[in-house]
Amino acid sequence: MVIPSVPPECYLVLSGMLFTIGVIGALTRRNAIVVFMCIEMMLNAVNISFITFSRFLQSLDGVLFAFFVMAVAAAEAAVGLAIFVMIYRSRDTINLDEINLLKW
Amino acid sequence: MAENIVTIFQWLIFLGAAFVSIIASFMVITRKNPIHSALFLVLTFLCVAVLYLLLYSQFIAIIQVVVYAGAIVMLIVFVIMLLDLEQELRSGLKLFYSKVIGGLLMVLFLFGIIYSVVAKSPTGKVGSYTPDKASANVKAVGEMLFTQYLFPFEIVSVLLVAAIIGAVILSKKRT
Repeated sequence: MVIPSVPPECYLVLSGMLFTIGVIGALTRRNAIVVFMCIEMMLNAVNISFITFSRFLQSLDGVLFAFFVMAVAAAEAAVGLAIFVMIYRSRDTINLDEINLLKW
Repeated sequence: MAENIVTIFQWLIFLGAAFVSIIASFMVITRKNPIHSALFLVLTFLCVAVLYLLLYSQFIAIIQVVVYAGAIVMLIVFVIMLLDLEQELRSGLKLFYSKVIGGLLMVLFLFGIIYSVVAKSPTGKVGSYTPDKASANVKAVGEMLFTQYLFPFEIVSVLLVAAIIGAVILSKKRT
């Protein structure tokens, strides 16, 4: 009896679960830094499915896309955290429901 | 028989990494202290790196540990240290109806993803790259990065320079 190796569906379902947990966190938390961490988690979940397709379709394009996603995440981290520091300096809070100047 | 043992180990590693990453990401969104969230985020990223190794892409696994678990989370912890984040600890978590509805919609969305993945197995044009040698991954990625994906690579470098300049200008004190 030969045991089948891990199918791509398992990885994709795991990626969907991590993405969903990230979205729920980004929707329900008030702290801007935790929301930022949840966004990083969502980017990571997308990377898992890129790599999964790259592995099971035997092509390297997914790996390179994941690489570019990581570069964009690094740029986003630098600028986003600088913005958080600025907001904290001017308003003394980074609770997202108190930063509502642009809210309709 | 030997192949069976390899497959069993792959299943065990996959299930362990998947379980730990889901638990850790759940802890990220439920802990009140942002430092605890950041440390659980490191655990999530490390489990995802293990999954990348299981998918035979060593390059991305290394980059994951260096960039995500190293640089980005270090930056997040540093900013948490700079800011005084006692308010959320005191006021606790407030749940509004809109947030609950949004979360339930996301769970529905998750069922949609699971259904679409399970109903039809993923297909597509199969390429020629097979991970026959474990050490060839970095070389293949590098060759493809500097030939076929050279222009996006340059764009990414411009983006990183713009991000660095933006971060410096944003965090500079107004005079």
